[in-house]
Amino acid sequence: MKTAWDNLQIIREKNRPTVRDYIPMIFRDFIELHGDRLYGDDAAILGGIGMAGDMPVTVLAQVKGRDLKENQASNFAMPHPEGYRKALRLAHQAEKFHRPVICFIDTPGAFCGVGAEERGQGEAIARNMMEFMELKTPVISIVLGEGGSGGALALGVCDELAMLENAIYSVISPRGAASILWKDASREKEAANILRITASDLVEFGVAETVIPEPVGGAHNDPQLMGKRISEYILATIPKYTKIPIAKLLENRYYKFRKIGVFTEQKGVNPL
Amino acid sequence: MLEDLFAKVKLRASYDKPADQKGKINIPENLMFKCPRCGKVEFMDAFLLGGKICPACGYHARLSAQERIEQVADNFTFKEYDKHMKSLNPIDFPGYAEKVAHLRRKTGLREAILTGECEIMGQPCALGVMDARFMMASMGSVVGEKVTRLFQRAEQEDLPVVLFTASGGARLQEGLISLMQMAKTSGAVGRHSRKGLLYVTVLTDPTTGGVTASFASLGDIIIAEPKVLVGFAGRRVIEGTIRQRLPEDFQSAEFAQQHGFVDMIVPRGELRRTLAQLIRLHTGKGGGPDENSVG
Ligand SMILES: [Zn+2]
Repeated sequence: MKTAWDNLQIIREKNRPTVRDYIPMIFRDFIELHGDRLYGDDAAILGGIGMAGDMPVTVLAQVKGRDLKENQASNFAMPHPEGYRKALRLAHQAEKFHRPVICFIDTPGAFCGVGAEERGQGEAIARNMMEFMELKTPVISIVLGEGGSGGALALGVCDELAMLENAIYSVISPRGAASILWKDASREKEAANILRITASDLVEFGVAETVIPEPVGGAHNDPQLMGKRISEYILATIPKYTKIPIAKLLENRYYKFRKIGVFTEQKGVNPL
Repeated sequence: MLEDLFAKVKLRASYDKPADQKGKINIPENLMFKCPRCGKVEFMDAFLLGGKICPACGYHARLSAQERIEQVADNFTFKEYDKHMKSLNPIDFPGYAEKVAHLRRKTGLREAILTGECEIMGQPCALGVMDARFMMASMGSVVGEKVTRLFQRAEQEDLPVVLFTASGGARLQEGLISLMQMAKTSGAVGRHSRKGLLYVTVLTDPTTGGVTASFASLGDIIIAEPKVLVGFAGRRVIEGTIRQRLPEDFQSAEFAQQHGFVDMIVPRGELRRTLAQLIRLHTGKGGGPDENSVG
């Protein structure tokens, strides 16, 4: 059986397609938009409008590069607060024009740096979650590769979450977990396999609804086929949510998250 | 006057070497207090009599949830919610169950937050207090659920929420379920807010990670205690990224305020009055203008 560690090897493939590869395969007439109107434009998060079938949609995505140069330009897909605020601005724009929002998640996490702290990384992520929870238009999020912690979740408050087959979604990188738990980052593999971060784990926890199968061996073996499958998924999923009255949609969205948690309220019993 | 005080503290701080660069001194644990902010060693008596505040720099040290409730709530008004809620081990994380069991015995707490309702100088409110002694008040299912229910109940009962935050972030031992508590609690804050109700956050030492990136940053009004640690990423992580040491006041309450993320820094002795005043300003109940002034 494939382990989380195996998934990690596949999503780290040098040729794994990024959102920039998929966009032309999925959306027609795509136009990229820039800036948070407050501070700057963060290349780690892409935003734009395009046609999904006959439906205009807003696309928000964390941008991994295909080579070192691209990665340096997009800060290895680690957003700053202005990236999250750009995403929120465009999400509100989508709400105004009644466009569904499609989020592509692929990030090691929010950037950890001086500027990010000065400009309120925590506040930016928190506000996105609160506002996306009440965004009056359907939101579909798809984890393409790496769903890294709060930095991923800032684009992950949605009506439906899909994972590519080999994608992972984790509260902390396996490497980070290993260094916290055992003060030894090299025990990454062990950490990956206990954290329950795979697509099927997430379906089991009720966090993800759908797993989009990858071509044999991983998306890099046939990017076109992967793009086609993502496109089919999006086209099939949008109408499911545009049909639902907004009040009901928001109620369902809240309860999708509201119900997540494992605890006991039995008195006097020590469950552990 | 208050500003002068801070200016002096800053001046002094800049002359002091960071704590960990000083030679190790053997400190008798119960007699002396060593400040994690300024590194000075002070008599424990002075520290305790001042309400667990560093006599040298004014750093507001951590309180237990119980101590906090005693300081803030009117006597005998606190009624605890959800007191039997306990965590399970959803991803069978090695050692988690033992760790939690040990902390329950050691702290007398069931989890890292106490929630309930109380009155503060006669003003009713819903109150949450996190306790850093319990796994650095990391947020797993129980913290997420108790915070969510606190806002839900306050929403039903038209109560303002006062929440004392402290946390190392999401609890990695519960995996992705912990992460999702960030979305859940943020959603609950939003619903309470939409009803037009007040939410006051009090940032205490240390407020970081996934709690900073969820309900701690979403207060209508955000208060911080002096000198406490407030931030998203760990200091060492950032120092590792930029390969240089960060200034002492980086990620302090004062730093957060300077950058626009904190409304006010309120010393412990004035908290009760400030909270009562804020609640009154939002409910228009009770009190004349003079009686309420802070000074
Ligand atoms: Zn001090």
